Amino acid sequence: MDKELEKKKIEVKGLNAWFEEKQALFNINMYVKEQGVTSIIGPSGCGKSTFIRCINRMHETVPGATAKGEILVDGKDINAPGSDPVELRRQIGMVFQKPTPFPTMSIYDNVVAGIKLGGLKKKEALDEVVEISLKQAALWDEVKDILFKPGIGLSGGQQQRLCIARALAVKPNILLLDEPCSALDPISTGKIEELIHQLKKAYTIVIVTHNMQQAARIADYTGFFLMGELIEFDHTAKIFTAPTDKRTEDYVTGRFG
Amino acid sequence: MENSEQKSNSVARKIKEKIFLGTVMACAVLAVFPLVLLLGYVIIKGISSISPAFFTNLPAPVGESGGGIGNGIIGTFMIVLIGAFFSFPIGIFGGLWLAESGKGKRGFWIRYAVDVMSGIPSIIFALFAYVIFVLPMHRFSAIAGGFAVSLVMIPYITRTTEEMIKMVPRTLKESALALGIPEWRVSVSIVLRSAWNGIFTGVMLAIARAAGETAPLLFTAFSNMYWNVALDKPTASMTVQIYTYSISPYEEWHKLAWAGSLVLVAFVLTITVLVRKFSKRITYG
Amino acid sequence: MSWRKQINKLEFNPDRAFKNMTFVMAAIIPVVFCLILLMLIWESIPSIKAFGFKFLVNSHWNPITDEYGALPYIYGTLASSFLALLIAVPLGLGCSIFLSEIHKSKLGGYISTMVDLLAAIPSVVYGLWGIFILGPFLSSTIQPFLGQYFGFLPIFQGPPMGLSLMTGGIILAIMILPTITAVSREVFQAIPNNLRESAIALGANKLETVKMAVLPPAVSGIVGAVILALGRAVGETMAVTMVIGNRPEISGSIFAPSYTLASVIANEFAEASSPMNLSAIFEIGIILLLVTVVINGLARILIWKIASKNQIQ
Repeated sequence: MDKELEKKKIEVKGLNAWFEEKQALFNINMYVKEQGVTSIIGPSGCGKSTFIRCINRMHETVPGATAKGEILVDGKDINAPGSDPVELRRQIGMVFQKPTPFPTMSIYDNVVAGIKLGGLKKKEALDEVVEISLKQAALWDEVKDILFKPGIGLSGGQQQRLCIARALAVKPNILLLDEPCSALDPISTGKIEELIHQLKKAYTIVIVTHNMQQAARIADYTGFFLMGELIEFDHTAKIFTAPTDKRTEDYVTGRFG
Repeated sequence: MENSEQKSNSVARKIKEKIFLGTVMACAVLAVFPLVLLLGYVIIKGISSISPAFFTNLPAPVGESGGGIGNGIIGTFMIVLIGAFFSFPIGIFGGLWLAESGKGKRGFWIRYAVDVMSGIPSIIFALFAYVIFVLPMHRFSAIAGGFAVSLVMIPYITRTTEEMIKMVPRTLKESALALGIPEWRVSVSIVLRSAWNGIFTGVMLAIARAAGETAPLLFTAFSNMYWNVALDKPTASMTVQIYTYSISPYEEWHKLAWAGSLVLVAFVLTITVLVRKFSKRITYG
Repeated sequence: MSWRKQINKLEFNPDRAFKNMTFVMAAIIPVVFCLILLMLIWESIPSIKAFGFKFLVNSHWNPITDEYGALPYIYGTLASSFLALLIAVPLGLGCSIFLSEIHKSKLGGYISTMVDLLAAIPSVVYGLWGIFILGPFLSSTIQPFLGQYFGFLPIFQGPPMGLSLMTGGIILAIMILPTITAVSREVFQAIPNNLRESAIALGANKLETVKMAVLPPAVSGIVGAVILALGRAVGETMAVTMVIGNRPEISGSIFAPSYTLASVIANEFAEASSPMNLSAIFEIGIILLLVTVVINGLARILIWKIASKNQIQ
């Protein structure tokens, strides 16, 4: 693996994960560089979602799920005994496949849901965060006049951008996106990909996608997963044009998956 | 990176969470506590009066010991049987109709009536059974009691049957029809039979419920200090017997009430637990 | 075979006959309900004619002078039911949150089984336990304590009594607890899991996740569960009759005995002394029936609303 020695935001060493008895990830070793987009590709069931959910310790919230191995974020092992998953998740934002705004909350309340947990209460401060986050999510212009309408009244693509704004509002430095566009139409997908281009200058983004063209479009680095193993991890261009492993080549040329 | 305000905030959050966890755990324990107390006392107070004679004897007059609840056991058995006689055909076939042809207005209203019936206090059924059976017959009878109890059982059996039949996959019915079997035969021999495990569960739970009912029997089957197997005469039942003994001023009868409760609770809980275990096995297949 | 017999043979369609038979079986149910309603109305006409609306506000129930007013029973039913809700709703909600959000493990399974078993115990056994265990405990320990330290409140005044509104309310609370726990648990489980995950991913702890993602969409379903439990409490007969003291008085204190609509029917029907007495009891039956039907109908609508809302999502 020949790469420039840039700052490693996330380092994964020997990660194994299980759902009860069934092992889902086998000895994953990789890293995510600071600022920029790293994509995770692979066929269904290869462990991509499981992998990123280990990064913010969401994996262990599933009953019976366990994980072992080192995951260093900014040099500190998040799986070390005594470290607090709740604190960790405040610093890592996550957006899921299906847009899930809180149904009983307005757009405004959805955006501030996360930062209110941190104790921020003053209206001016909250207003400011709402505007900044919605602008970052490229949603401000569309909703600035309807901030107090219910979040679920928006279209699918808008709801997903609302979820992104909600995740950005807590000012994380890492964003995990789990197939954020797979439930959306092509136009909304395009808007979100543009958004990711803007965000990658300031955030470390890891995106799971089953859409190879998407990975090719937006990611700087790409990791190819197959059956719980990390097969190859390199610059996106290299993965798609000159992969080292035959399995990678088969996947990216569409021979399976 | 955390300033002191953020630190105190996260400490506050942690404390609130711990209080929350403690409170809901306490609620769960408190919710279970009465069951332990109830069963505990029933066993402690009832076990001393249990003997083979208890099951086979008639109630003794006041002051004499050695009374039993034998006629109550037979009576309950009879009444539940009569209740089953009325409620099984209506509940099972009615549930079948609802599952197969119950879409649309007729199904909506019938389902609504079943729902309403399941919420009616059972003492009202006693009033109804009184008017229908006791008045014309000029006496209390087992059949009046059984009828009242059947009204308690019907909504339960109907709902369970409908749910269980709805779970039978359409493809099963369709492939049977494709084989040329007449529709009514398919409903009975195939659909009903494959849903039978679940329906049986509902039926057993309805029987357990019926055995524990008192209010519907108060002025229908009434009571009887002697053996009775005739349908048209007043009949003792475990529940009414327990009730009568409980509110009497006699210490000896109170002991019998505890013993009778022990028998009744053992019967009802055994059925309930067995049925739950049995139906769980089906769900996990 | 005669031609008439031949035609009859042709027209018998077993499928149609079977469908008709099952329909008749199903249709019996609403018919029975209507008959019950009609019967109650018919039998209470003399009483309705005699007392009109005063029946609902009079406190005088006197079989000797044939004067009947149902207010004490309405009061007793409402007071005992609300006392029961006051105790059972927080306990039941806390328990169901514990079971659905915190401990989905084996321990949760045992607890939920035990709560369900509470529902299977016959009412008369609750009554027996209430008369000899709970009642004396309350009158010898809890009531004197409350009377001593909180006796300035009218609800805690008067001599301690085992057979009282308080005992009735507590027994009812235990009996409706399984309903609240089971239904609200179903409501919580119908909340889609990705809402919880969204909250967790934002850094919410267990309490915050429940407050943010689970409770708000569950509110109407929980209200439905509470109303359903209220319906059960209102209709409960035997256990309440055995412990509530059966005195038709309206007192401000929960230590005093009381009397409910269901109890008066159970106690006095068999000994009704006059046709008017009988008719008045039937009229109480109508009140009880209408109250439970309305309460249950309301509950069903609310629970139905949350079920369909979550299916759309």
